[in-house]
Amino acid sequence: MMFVMSIEKSQLPILQSVELCKSYAGKVVVNKLSLDIETGCFCGILGPNGAGKTTTLRMFIGHCPIDSGSLSILGLPMPDEGALIRESIGIVPQMDNLDPDFTVQENLHVYGRFFGIAADVLERRIVDLLDFASLQDKATSKISELSGGMRRRLTLARALINKPKVLILDEPTTGLDPQARQSIWQKLRELKKQGLTLILTTHYMEEAERLCDRVIVMDQGEVKADAPPKQLIRDEVESHVLEVHAAGEVLIEQIKQDPSIARFEKSGDICFFYGHKLNDALVMLEQSEHDDYLFRPANLEDVFIKLTGRDLRE
Amino acid sequence: MSRPSNIKLFFSRSGSIWSRNIRVWSKLAGPSLMGNFGEPLLYLLVLGYGLGQFVGEVKGLSYMAFLASGVICTSAVNSASFEGMYSAYTRMDVQQTWLGMLSTPVRVSEVVFGEVLWAATKSLISVSAILVVSIALGLVGDAWAVFILPVAFLTGLCFSSLALLVTSFARGYDFFLYYTTLFITPMVLLSGVFFPIDSLPVFVQYLVKVLPLYHAISLVRPLMTGGEMSFVLLHVLVLLSFGMSAAMLASYRIKKRLIK
Repeated sequence: MMFVMSIEKSQLPILQSVELCKSYAGKVVVNKLSLDIETGCFCGILGPNGAGKTTTLRMFIGHCPIDSGSLSILGLPMPDEGALIRESIGIVPQMDNLDPDFTVQENLHVYGRFFGIAADVLERRIVDLLDFASLQDKATSKISELSGGMRRRLTLARALINKPKVLILDEPTTGLDPQARQSIWQKLRELKKQGLTLILTTHYMEEAERLCDRVIVMDQGEVKADAPPKQLIRDEVESHVLEVHAAGEVLIEQIKQDPSIARFEKSGDICFFYGHKLNDALVMLEQSEHDDYLFRPANLEDVFIKLTGRDLRE
Repeated sequence: MSRPSNIKLFFSRSGSIWSRNIRVWSKLAGPSLMGNFGEPLLYLLVLGYGLGQFVGEVKGLSYMAFLASGVICTSAVNSASFEGMYSAYTRMDVQQTWLGMLSTPVRVSEVVFGEVLWAATKSLISVSAILVVSIALGLVGDAWAVFILPVAFLTGLCFSSLALLVTSFARGYDFFLYYTTLFITPMVLLSGVFFPIDSLPVFVQYLVKVLPLYHAISLVRPLMTGGEMSFVLLHVLVLLSFGMSAAMLASYRIKKRLIK
């Protein structure tokens, strides 16, 4: 089953933004954002609250006027050709806006009609989409009868009703339990295999690390890093992290003596030691009474914290 | 395949909004009809009968026949206003239905026009029901009364546009009380629904003649009772210009509000 128009692999980026800017009441939210997103890419945008992720996505779909800069999607200028562009993109918003007055299949039907898709075509697509979203048994259920995961899957199915070339998802798995999240991930990977270009924002590092070919870390409206997740981890941080929880000053000072420690950070009662081997430190911990520690490979969260800091964003 | 013209797209997209709404309505038609049609009918029967005993004839008509035209127009006003305020606000803000629509090729102006068409359709539905009852009660003069239906639709277009404009400013449902209490209710009381406006002081008469409801009643009453029509074009133009300017302003305001 294909939910995607056949797409010719082209060299041209499917989305191109040049020095995109947006401010609200004098506060810069997106600052000179220049991006090329190539066809077929699964691109994740990470950033703390207020980094400008959602505003960026809203500009991409024409839901936010652009202050300056230029944006073209599928070779067409946004927002001038917004309606035409939206014929070929699918949108999964942060907040569910399914129609509570309708059943599952009516939601898909009514939404499809907004694209001007003929009723008989819709009928066939709805069958396929319900199957894709594992909602076959729920076709005539009301929205209020669905679980959070089912609603998200329905929103995803709804975004595919027009066979889009680009799918834009704003925090698609926020608030879901692990099973529901994994099921969404699996569906997204399937879409990627079919050649769809996907752009998503997320707060979950694991999500970005597992799904995305390319991760863009944003903070204060600017791109802080932009690379495949593995490369980001390789380039931005040391290979390993030693987390020592609730240890005494003396022990911490002792561990710090390990010459292979490249970087040290303290957050509350947790000390983070970054380095490539940290053999001496581990030996010291073994010999001490202290057993509340964790030695692990560095991950995307370490990159994220390094780039955007440990301060709370509220 | 060549692309359909922009005008065609505008109407077909607005039509998809309209058909979405009628689909919802058909699920809840019972209680909705009750409100839009039951209440005005009560007014007509109770006031027409009760007050009619004291009033006798008004301008050569039985009081109930006089009142029927007013009640018909009020019902068109109320159906359209309710839809344009409470229901539209729910779709704009609470359920974010409009933002969902705007994630498709649909534009703000098409959402607004679709909503206006739908609210006018609701006016048409409730007026049709009251008209049927009025015929049964012998309150309708002749077959010309069928033209009340397009007037009801036009009145609906006008008042739903005004209501959507109010909605574009609303921060909650309570806000609508300002509009209904300060505008709709005084207008209904003064525009010749319950008594002819000649009994009002002259300056109030002028004021009333600026408001659209007076013009709707001026069209409906002669159609209903077989009286002579006058200034038809003027009345139609007043309703149209109120409606169109409100709809355009509402579109502009709602776009500012949602696309920000």
